[in-house]
Amino acid sequence: MRVAIVDESPARAAVIREGLEASGLRDINLFTERRGLVAALNDLQPDVILMNLANPSRDMLEESFMVSRALARPIAMFVDQSDEDAIAQAVDAGVSAYVVDGLKTERIKAVLELAIKRFNAFARLQSELDEARTALADRKSVDAAKALLMKKRGMDEPAAYAALRKAAMDSGRRMADVADALLTAEKLMGGL
Amino acid sequence: MDRVRVGFLPLVDAALPILARELGYAEAEGIDLELVKDMSWAAVCDRLIYRQTDAAHMVAPLALAATLGLGRPAVPLAVPFVLGLNGNAITLHPAIAAQVTEIGALQDVTITGQRLAALIRSQTRKLRFGVVHRYSSHNYMLRYWLSGCGIDPHHDVEIVTVAPPYAAEALADGEVDGICVGEPWNSVAVDRGVGVIVAVTAQIWQRGVEKVLTMRRDRMEEMGEPAHRLIRALYRAGEAFVDPERQDDIAALLAGADYLDGSAALIGRAMSNHILLAKDHAPVSVPDFMVQHREASNFPWVSQAAWLYAQMCRAGHVAPSDHDYELAKAVFRPDVYRAAMRNTGAALPGASAKLEGGITDPVGVGTVQGRLILGSDSFFDGRAFDPDNLAAAL
Repeated sequence: MRVAIVDESPARAAVIREGLEASGLRDINLFTERRGLVAALNDLQPDVILMNLANPSRDMLEESFMVSRALARPIAMFVDQSDEDAIAQAVDAGVSAYVVDGLKTERIKAVLELAIKRFNAFARLQSELDEARTALADRKSVDAAKALLMKKRGMDEPAAYAALRKAAMDSGRRMADVADALLTAEKLMGGL
Repeated sequence: MDRVRVGFLPLVDAALPILARELGYAEAEGIDLELVKDMSWAAVCDRLIYRQTDAAHMVAPLALAATLGLGRPAVPLAVPFVLGLNGNAITLHPAIAAQVTEIGALQDVTITGQRLAALIRSQTRKLRFGVVHRYSSHNYMLRYWLSGCGIDPHHDVEIVTVAPPYAAEALADGEVDGICVGEPWNSVAVDRGVGVIVAVTAQIWQRGVEKVLTMRRDRMEEMGEPAHRLIRALYRAGEAFVDPERQDDIAALLAGADYLDGSAALIGRAMSNHILLAKDHAPVSVPDFMVQHREASNFPWVSQAAWLYAQMCRAGHVAPSDHDYELAKAVFRPDVYRAAMRNTGAALPGASAKLEGGITDPVGVGTVQGRLILGSDSFFDGRAFDPDNLAAAL
């Protein structure tokens, strides 16, 4: 089975390829550039095209499939219509698939399921990374606000931390938000 | 509050769902309206069909195509509300525009078309046009105009799909010689100096159906009354959209990062029907450039769906069939619109279909509620489309 992975994120494309290769698929081709995509896919004649649902090139590609002179035209999200669950899962995961007609449903389902898993895994990685970044940024604000309180109010570190925490609890806001507000106020007041 | 999710593409004519949420009309109707932004009609359609959204802003012919199972498994869709008429333009590469129009002024499209036909005959290279989707009003309007000017859209030119955000770039790179897209993308090409607007689609068909609110038919039925409230909220949003007092605020709101993420100035120009046809020229007033609300333009006329089906046949996208024609017409649901707008003061036409292109001067029409005067809905070639005589249009 010849698979094409079209994704503007090379990192995600690589994650998906890895997953498919681990399942024994060998003929996997990555496309991360929009330019020349239609011609490249025409040359390759893949059996399955996996693409992120939100890829802006989809309308252009679907048009090219419709006018394709190749015998087997890829069809969007076909799998087996009776299996709406599988398709809904794909849409949830942000996967779209185009499959040439006549390919065995079981084989396609296996590939699609793998793709969904890898898409979800990538999304999880991404959100963990975002969380880690936010956590780091939060800690920086809290540290700076603590230092400010220690300097301006002569508090020691535990007291400064406790003051921030109390303000956060009293106002129902995150500590990092309180810290940001304090730092902004300090900047506006010009250190007064 | 009933949660309703609506998919959209970042285009000026996605305004009504955006305003229904942002200006509180949805909330006032007890609807918690959630908007889902996408970058392709394929994604908008998939989310709708596979129930990630309840409704969608959609190019009208795509609702017919999805119902007929073109390129996707068939799912019956319903259009209970039209989000607007026209609002698209044809923009050519400046070097080509110079040969077919007086740059900076809007010409008679028949003359522009004849000049384009002469240009096409005089050269061996085929001109290539980009449209936003295979099943788009842009594609069918462009084809209607070309063929009406003696240009065979199948053989004399090439028509390909270009996603709106890439349209200006495609013109600049010479990937295409012309584009037919919605706003703000023509204006983006003009601002960059890579395109000149030679025609607006309102010149081709003065009241051409453009984007529609689409739902799965079964979802609309199962939803029941909240669907009616959604329609009323959209109607109120339409009133706000056409209020000149609110235009600047609305343009700024639409330009926000969550929505069009673009220039409020360009969006405001389209909203006020002032179009800059070419860089370094003054904007010209184009009456009827986009009609989002007045003249009951939100009413889904069955004859609009009929016209689109006829164009799909002419383009070779479907083989004419009486059975499919009935399916296509049944997508537009004036009955649902009427039920939703009953007792609101909105004008409700008595008829569900009309002779499209049959009005040359404003005329009062029969209603079951309110007063309604329809403006000219002429086609540029002066022909009319009778939904009871499909064969005559093919």
